[in-house]
Amino acid sequence: MMADMDRRDVIDRVAIPRKDDDLLLGRHGLDLLMPMHAMIDPEGRIVHIGPSLSRLAGNRPLVNRKLTDCFSFNRPQTVRGPADLHGIGGHRLDLAFRDGRAVRLRGVAAPLAGAGGLVLNLSLGLRELADLGGAGLTCTDFSATDMTVDMLYLIEGKNAAMTESQRLIMRLNGARQMAEKQAFTDTLTGLGNRRALDRALADLVAAGIPFALCNVDLDYFKQVNDRHGHAAGDEVLKAVAHVLTDVTRDRDLVARTGGDEFVILFRNLVDPAIIDRIARRLIVGVEQPITVGDATCRISASMGTALSTAYDVADPVQMMADADLALYASKRAGRSRHAVFDACLHVPPSE
Amino acid sequence: MHGLVNRSLQGFLQDTYGDEVWRDIARRSAPDLTGFEPMMEYEDALTHDVIAAACRALSKTQPDLLEDLGTYLVSHPNMSRVRRLMRYGGDDFRAFLHSLDDLPERARLILPDAPFPGLRLTDMGSGIYRLTCRGGMPGVEHVVMGIIRAMADDYGALVVLDWAETADGGPDSATIDIHMPADRFHEGRAFALTDGLAS
Repeated sequence: MMADMDRRDVIDRVAIPRKDDDLLLGRHGLDLLMPMHAMIDPEGRIVHIGPSLSRLAGNRPLVNRKLTDCFSFNRPQTVRGPADLHGIGGHRLDLAFRDGRAVRLRGVAAPLAGAGGLVLNLSLGLRELADLGGAGLTCTDFSATDMTVDMLYLIEGKNAAMTESQRLIMRLNGARQMAEKQAFTDTLTGLGNRRALDRALADLVAAGIPFALCNVDLDYFKQVNDRHGHAAGDEVLKAVAHVLTDVTRDRDLVARTGGDEFVILFRNLVDPAIIDRIARRLIVGVEQPITVGDATCRISASMGTALSTAYDVADPVQMMADADLALYASKRAGRSRHAVFDACLHVPPSE
Repeated sequence: MHGLVNRSLQGFLQDTYGDEVWRDIARRSAPDLTGFEPMMEYEDALTHDVIAAACRALSKTQPDLLEDLGTYLVSHPNMSRVRRLMRYGGDDFRAFLHSLDDLPERARLILPDAPFPGLRLTDMGSGIYRLTCRGGMPGVEHVVMGIIRAMADDYGALVVLDWAETADGGPDSATIDIHMPADRFHEGRAFALTDGLAS
């Protein structure tokens, strides 16, 4: 059997003269060393294919057909018919099945001594690694020196490691966003805190957006705390936060900056008449009796506003101070009211 | 300790015994421990504390727990990726056993710093293979034992595993004898090289 095959392999029809040191390698040997090879006769016809190429080809007929009828050549592109195969020995080849799915293969061809023709050794192109050309190849289809299975192992492992890394990044990012949100939130009321106010102020000033800064101070809140306890006070603060959120727009910032002190930044709003209307709605809102357990709490609010357009360059510190002056003016004028800062407020009060 | 080891341990305890049991073990291991990140590094002592706490909570010996962990790694549906990586070793269990020599190197291609033990397989003849396991984290040979047992099942190979009474591998090593009568096998689980790659 073996002798039979060897005799067919070395038909004495000389194309390249056989030398003494040329190897006599039977088809079994070639199948073992290069399971994905094809033998091409001097006419350019496939006369034998290795077991893995056979498996890869599936029901595409290869043997006894012209190599160039079975495969299209992407490299060298000059190979179109059998006559173009002369001289491709030693070159890197890039080819694909013509029948069915165009599975890409790469390879190299070597001219055969003795009978003439070529032996073509092939392997899967990189793009075919994901599903091995759709042919259901197994470990035994690859020679022991072929690293394709190691590549698959690497791809699989790399995917797993990347997935884990991405999950970690998502978790860390979620935690960072949560921490950031908490860092800018007043835990009792859910409003912004001092840090949120400072950042929003800096952003508005940097962007040159006109805005109003309004300080809100609760009146009679101390009495609520004294009379009904801190728990009731906390409930009142939450109710006030609701009112403040209700009377402002989404684009405005409402922050709690102290025990019973709040700041509103009205973005793109510097009309004193409109701000005054909002302020009155706010005061009416917080003056609604708030029921906490058995107690009914009544408070009010005083407000003072500074407009960024009143300054050549809006300075948050100066605006805070000026809004405070306006707030004190409201308090002095009898509480439960709103005042917009005016330069004359800088004059020390006479009392 | 590589986070992957800790995360595997956590996954094993959660998937096998439930979140409640895991949380209890985590609390007993370290006050603020809730879970592990597979891509981060942890103190070795923490891993050992978790293993010890799990053994106490589940009334298991450490070797039994670690062998169960090994079995879990290659047989639980949540760990199908590890099983797939192991099946790249070969088309039958014998080829798989021979691939164990290469396994640590392959694994290091993906995770260069993971604490895999060195593995060496010797064919003793008469269907007996001797696997020497050296280095890695303490007790890792029990994890390997669990993996081999589960993989034999996966390939449908009927094998008997024993601890070998030998000091061939020197200190810091353990040796498993794998008895594989040639004619005993049953239907293994299906596997194709490319099952998981397209996704």
